[in-house]
Amino acid sequence: MKNENKIQYIYGIADNALILGQRLSELCGHGPNLETDIAMTNMALDLLGQTRSYYQYVAQLSGEDKTEDDIAFLRTERQYKNVLLVEQPNRHFGYVIARQFFFDAFHLLVLEELQNSTDQTLAAIAKKGIKEVSYHQRFSSDWIKRLGDGTEESHQKVQEAVDDLWRYTDELFHITDDDKIAIENEIGVNTVAFREKYDQIIREVLEEATITIPETKWFQKGGKQGIHSEHMGYLLSDLQYMQRTYPNMKW
Amino acid sequence: MMTIELEQHIDPTLIPILETVSDPEIPVLSIMDMGVVRSAQIEDDVAKITITPTYSGCPAMDVIGDDITTAFAKENIKAKVSLVLSPAWTTDWITPRGREALEKYGIAAPLNEEADKEALLGGKKIVKCPQCGSINTKMISQFGSTACKALFQCNDCLEPFDYFKCLK
Repeated sequence: MKNENKIQYIYGIADNALILGQRLSELCGHGPNLETDIAMTNMALDLLGQTRSYYQYVAQLSGEDKTEDDIAFLRTERQYKNVLLVEQPNRHFGYVIARQFFFDAFHLLVLEELQNSTDQTLAAIAKKGIKEVSYHQRFSSDWIKRLGDGTEESHQKVQEAVDDLWRYTDELFHITDDDKIAIENEIGVNTVAFREKYDQIIREVLEEATITIPETKWFQKGGKQGIHSEHMGYLLSDLQYMQRTYPNMKW
Repeated sequence: MMTIELEQHIDPTLIPILETVSDPEIPVLSIMDMGVVRSAQIEDDVAKITITPTYSGCPAMDVIGDDITTAFAKENIKAKVSLVLSPAWTTDWITPRGREALEKYGIAAPLNEEADKEALLGGKKIVKCPQCGSINTKMISQFGSTACKALFQCNDCLEPFDYFKCLK
């Protein structure tokens, strides 16, 4: 497998962690209360930590004089391969939780498979990440239930969020050409194989949360090809500002 | 980035230097008691140290790396620090002395895996308050002041405290 294909494959996993980590970081100091604020920034930190491990590996694979910072901050929008779901804005707490819930269930399943990758570095990053992401999944599932089965208003807000975000869930299982090559080489994860399991997890939690599962069959995709929603540009300008303004700056 | 280091190899003569370095978030705990040092060997007059992060995003790792280099520089030894990811750190690597230091500092030490689940998920009252020793405590949040801790409160002395989550 060519390094370039492997790098693209890794972007498909790592960019999700970076972009969702960035979205959660935006909430630092703005959470609905102190505990949830801390929880969300904790999760952001986990995701950004995982991102660093992936990007350090990419930097090493690229063979060029690149650093993890170049990869995180200096790519153009189309070069980011995250799914549309994770770039959706923090509309309200229920929305943040619903986005997190849809992603966490998927993320954990990916890492559980990725730990068996024949690529030892990816397997090591996955093994480490599983411990963290299982906490995230617990947190978001608990909150979905609490809000869904909570007050009339919290129920309605989560229901609307689920209805709105549902269209982005199918893309999680979209297989790109780079994914295909990675799967053939036993480096990557065949997400389609655990689709049913994912659907079941989502269904069970939503049912317990008294949330109606949307029936729409219309889904949006594009992020994995680098075609993002209008929110992505704003997110990136925030993310990249320091590095673009002060090139090569370091903490 | 080196990612795999199956067994711990620590040159015993380097331990006293490593013990002077502590976790910046938990100053009472040396990195040796924390169990984050995976190997320490002198090769060609350079101390090669590998450490493993507690959590992927643990911001203390960069500081610990710098502190190790500084501690060795004081002994006129050049040190090179690198990170290993596998095997992933577990709270089992915290030494008994480390656990004691945590409790004294006001952080409840991790329970075993099963008890941890019962405490964090089942709401079972088994986490002991490090201030007054009561087990009449409740979880306030699964996530505490750092990624490795959960926030608890004692129902008896009413003090809030951190519980170091079990990581397996």
